[in-house]
Amino acid sequence: MKRAGFASRWLPILLLVPQLSIILVFFYWPAAYAVKSSFYLQDPFGFGQTFVGLENYSALAGSAEYLKVANFTMIFTVLVTFFSLALALLLAVKADKVIRGAKTYRTLLMWVYAVAPPVAGFMGLILFNQRWGPLTEFFGALGWDFNLRADYVDTAFAMVVVSVWKQVPVNFIFFLSGLQSIPKSVREAALIDNRSDSGRFWDVTFPLLAPTGFFLLIINITYALFDTFGIIDTLVQGEPGNNPMTLVYKVYVDGFRGNDLGGSSAQSVVLMILVLALTVFQFRMVERRIHYT
Amino acid sequence: MADISLSTATPVVPRRRFRWSTLVDHAVLIAGSLVMILPLLVMLQTASTPDVETMKYGPGLYFGDQLDDNFRKAMFEASGFSGENTGFAMFKNSLILGLGFAIGKIVIGMMAAYAIVYFRLRFATLAFWLIFTTLLLPLEVRILPSYEITQKLGLLNTYTGLIVPLIASATATFFFRQFFRSVPEELVEAARIDGAGPVKFFIDILVPLSQTMIAAMFIIMFVYGWNQYLWPTMITTEEGMYTLVRGIKRIVQVLQGGNEIPEYGRANVLAIIAVLPPVAIVIFFQSWFVKGLTESDK
Repeated sequence: MKRAGFASRWLPILLLVPQLSIILVFFYWPAAYAVKSSFYLQDPFGFGQTFVGLENYSALAGSAEYLKVANFTMIFTVLVTFFSLALALLLAVKADKVIRGAKTYRTLLMWVYAVAPPVAGFMGLILFNQRWGPLTEFFGALGWDFNLRADYVDTAFAMVVVSVWKQVPVNFIFFLSGLQSIPKSVREAALIDNRSDSGRFWDVTFPLLAPTGFFLLIINITYALFDTFGIIDTLVQGEPGNNPMTLVYKVYVDGFRGNDLGGSSAQSVVLMILVLALTVFQFRMVERRIHYT
Repeated sequence: MADISLSTATPVVPRRRFRWSTLVDHAVLIAGSLVMILPLLVMLQTASTPDVETMKYGPGLYFGDQLDDNFRKAMFEASGFSGENTGFAMFKNSLILGLGFAIGKIVIGMMAAYAIVYFRLRFATLAFWLIFTTLLLPLEVRILPSYEITQKLGLLNTYTGLIVPLIASATATFFFRQFFRSVPEELVEAARIDGAGPVKFFIDILVPLSQTMIAAMFIIMFVYGWNQYLWPTMITTEEGMYTLVRGIKRIVQVLQGGNEIPEYGRANVLAIIAVLPPVAIVIFFQSWFVKGLTESDK
């Protein structure tokens, strides 16, 4: 709120009405509906519903399949987050250092930001094609009989590779902008104190980038959990079968395809709690984090 | 600043001479750039090659001469059952989704942010929390109930159903609130002394001041809207309503193929067209886009 504002009674309300009505109808209503449905068992033929309390949740906890999916999601998230952060940091540090061609590198390394995840998945389908995919042939030459969609681990590998490829540019942009905001005086002081490139990186640059890195950590976890949906859906060509899938994908498969609204809603609520926990964690860390500038 | 230090040759800046580490830097960057660009070249190669060749040998090293033919097929010949989902129709739908989403989000966000920052409201805190809680839960976690509700409202296969539920989050509002708060207080006071009312102040002063921010937001939101996949997949069942990105799902299923030769050429042309507009915008308006992305902290 500004100190000097306008004193109008109806104008602010009028200004807020579009935003508020949209979020009430398409945010709060669906969220409440998900919580409510998670306590009910839907009749498969659409005739009403029965209150079952926490049964949908206990069914989840007892489902070996759900736990397998949750397990995969965790490993997938860790791998995608780690590799896309590490590779982006490496590229950003190099791009920040070079003088010649800096702009060209920047463009080449960031355009993938604008590629839709399912299109990235489609590229993966071509590159990892079972018969003639260039990467499949490359792995074959190395003695790895790569088999997309037929082999669980190979499919998971392709999912991680495509997801990392798609996410590196976002992290690159943030890291590069973080690096470029380090004051010149700090860099010069570091240059005098420490002549070795790697020493300077770990002692000065890395700690200064920590806030950016932490912010990106949350962004990347959210990306791996939710935004990879399109990549996974295209890589398994819409038919998951025995292939790995993430929690969000399972919500979709169970609810939309399997018509299990109660079970799917319980999964949604679990995801909501997960996201809320992440956000609370983020806020607490942001409060605690040290500002160097 | 860089120019000054170079020209005066302060002792801190070493003279530029050949260093092995510079070579390594470039090698890493070139490798990274290649990894980013090669998949696109493979798509372009496949898009320009006859389907039979791709089916037999996969992507080759040389570009073919079928690009215009495949382009014509992809853009103007329908592939589905209804004959309505030509590449051109999908392109139009993608454009409507991208523009509608970006414009809707910016207009609604600016209005709400203006109300929150510049007015004394009795229920301001409540409105604030109602709006900013939406930042916490992405659409994906409430996707099914959102679908059910959109269906109940009779909005399946409509542009409204496609766009409005996606707008139900406060990213733009949050962004503009941050920006408005950084606008000097004196401006409002000066405007009031000059007799400008709240509407005049908003349109004549605040909106022009926000131009760069609006541009940056527009790029990010357009790309976000254009690239939507899960929501359009659920909400559009009529082929005439497909967007390009939604159409990828159909393409992928076609590639699974039966006995016929899968239409690799057409599929790759469509994928390239789905990628081109957002990529072009991001590249051409790079500095705005980077500014918007890194300053909004999403």
